[in-house]
Amino acid sequence: MSKWASLVAGCALLLAAPAFAQSAKPRNYGIGTPATPQQIAGWDIDVRPDGEGLPPGKGSVKDGEKLFLERCAACHGEFGESAGRWPQLAQGKGTLATNDPVKTVGSYFPYASSVFDYVRRAMPFGDAQSLTNDELYAVVAFVLNLNDIVDDKFVLSKETWNQVKMPNADGFYNDDRETAEKAFWNKNPCMKDCRAPVKITGHASVIDVTPDDKTARKGGVE
Amino acid sequence: MPNREWPRSMATLREDAMTEKTDAPRPSRRRFLTGAAGLVAAGAAGAARADEKNLPPNIAPWSKTLGDGVAVRPYGQPSKFEKDVIRRDVQWLTASRESSVSFTPLHELDGIITPNGLCFERHHGGIAEVDPHDYRLMIHGLVDKPLIFTLEDLKRLPRVNRIYFLECAANSGMEWRGAQLNGCQYTHGMIHSVMYTGVPLKLLLEQAGVKPNGKWLLVEGGDASGLDRSLPLDKALDDCLVAYRMNGEMLRPEQGYPVRLVVPGWQGNIWIKWLRRIEVGDEPWYTREETSKYTDLMPNGKARKFTFVMDAKSVITSPSPQAPIRNKGFLVISGLAWSGRGKVARVDVSLDGGRNWRTAKIDGPVLDKSLVRFYAEIEWNGEPLLLQSRAMDETGYVQPTKDELRAIRGVNSIYHNNGIQTWSVKANGEVENVEVG
Repeated sequence: MSKWASLVAGCALLLAAPAFAQSAKPRNYGIGTPATPQQIAGWDIDVRPDGEGLPPGKGSVKDGEKLFLERCAACHGEFGESAGRWPQLAQGKGTLATNDPVKTVGSYFPYASSVFDYVRRAMPFGDAQSLTNDELYAVVAFVLNLNDIVDDKFVLSKETWNQVKMPNADGFYNDDRETAEKAFWNKNPCMKDCRAPVKITGHASVIDVTPDDKTARKGGVE
Repeated sequence: MPNREWPRSMATLREDAMTEKTDAPRPSRRRFLTGAAGLVAAGAAGAARADEKNLPPNIAPWSKTLGDGVAVRPYGQPSKFEKDVIRRDVQWLTASRESSVSFTPLHELDGIITPNGLCFERHHGGIAEVDPHDYRLMIHGLVDKPLIFTLEDLKRLPRVNRIYFLECAANSGMEWRGAQLNGCQYTHGMIHSVMYTGVPLKLLLEQAGVKPNGKWLLVEGGDASGLDRSLPLDKALDDCLVAYRMNGEMLRPEQGYPVRLVVPGWQGNIWIKWLRRIEVGDEPWYTREETSKYTDLMPNGKARKFTFVMDAKSVITSPSPQAPIRNKGFLVISGLAWSGRGKVARVDVSLDGGRNWRTAKIDGPVLDKSLVRFYAEIEWNGEPLLLQSRAMDETGYVQPTKDELRAIRGVNSIYHNNGIQTWSVKANGEVENVEVG
């Protein structure tokens, strides 16, 4: 390398230096304390589709049925059909492409972990994290059984986890808006005579579901 | 009885309709009744509600006697005359109020900042009341050093201030099958915009040291729903914040006090409140909230997943059903626009349902993934209008019509309804949510 060339290379390196300095070694502020394995174990309750995170224990459909009637049926119905407006847990197969899709564990959830992780952290509603691990396995086994995903004799555990096959596992695909809706990117949208004269085709007042509230219509453009 | 409130309250109308023994559809009767009051006389804005005793040449009592001194109101509240500027909910939407939503009164606000007490709420297990002394944030998983931060720890670290909008993915979700709710508070009120103060998530992850195979984060709340979502590491390192302040003061309990995640431009569900734990992993978790909920069901029965970004959208907040026109003559049309893909580049307004457009004036800051405020000035003399607004962002994305969205997505996707809103303005100034075709 000639003297000039190496000088030029050196300058380039100097110019680039600040950027390198930023990404090379992030500053350690010495703030925060190490989390111990015991601390982590108490809070780390998530479960993945592959079963990572599953706790020790097991539960049968039979035990789950009893628990479900005691702890879950008041909201979800004895057969997971839902009471009131609480989520329906069973039925709904074959409805996703219809005008009235019913999304349940059987018809929609892609993974058993999506149920297990949720029940473990949030159910029963208002008494979260009150189920033992065995109870948790049992309740989830029963909900799967309600959806004909496992049979009446099934016992759910880490060992049997991979036997659970969810019907709608292939029902999802990654966000494709940037390609499927590419037409919405348009640098020069129409400004004049963009469509035929417009007609009103629907009125919110006809649906008539806006909450009644004496105070809701106070304002005005003054 | 003088008609001070205009239009007559919905409750009164409902009673009228219910006592009526007829098969005639209620809406037509309501239309007739609401039309009974109407516009105030030219040049007398606000006169209908005024008390002569306080008007010139008379002297109002507040000009004669002393008012409250300092510290009588140690934490100031809005004027008692603004008591109707509140969040509202729609009770039939959900099974319980602990798992429900309240809406920002967009029609009562201007500018781009939402007051803290008016920011819409969405809870999945009610409001957690976290004692700040007992607050802990745990970072673990695929990291070199699992760490726990106290609130004091977080406040000691370098911080940044950023204004971002937060929109629920289900905002306008009740409108997929047609115009349903009559008020922009209900159709578009699952959005707010505040200035956050917080620590870049990148900085916190650097303290723990993400291992090379770390690709996704599980972010989890400390409320009774333990809401958990999978967040791609790239986004976490880009612009996410671990925030503890909104508009200068500590977060409100209903917004995640003391610490929430800020995920600019992305659906509100992933902005975890009462943030308690971040786990680094090598693949997503597929939690209930990102499978059973917050996936967008398409007409063929398959569903889009991980539709994080909120597309460009806008709404005219005034006039709108809750903010009718009260005066003929000069009128400022006002609204909000935003995009989760960056800055808003332009907003157009139409008076004829999208046939012809004019470009609105944007006033105030135009920031990345933040609300912008737009205005269009017109003369209005009682002619019917079909008001629309159309946002464009810096990527060239143009807010589509609702029908353009339905043509691709059908009507069952619940989330991400960013279609153009139409308000029908009647000769009496009343405004209604309508669909056009």
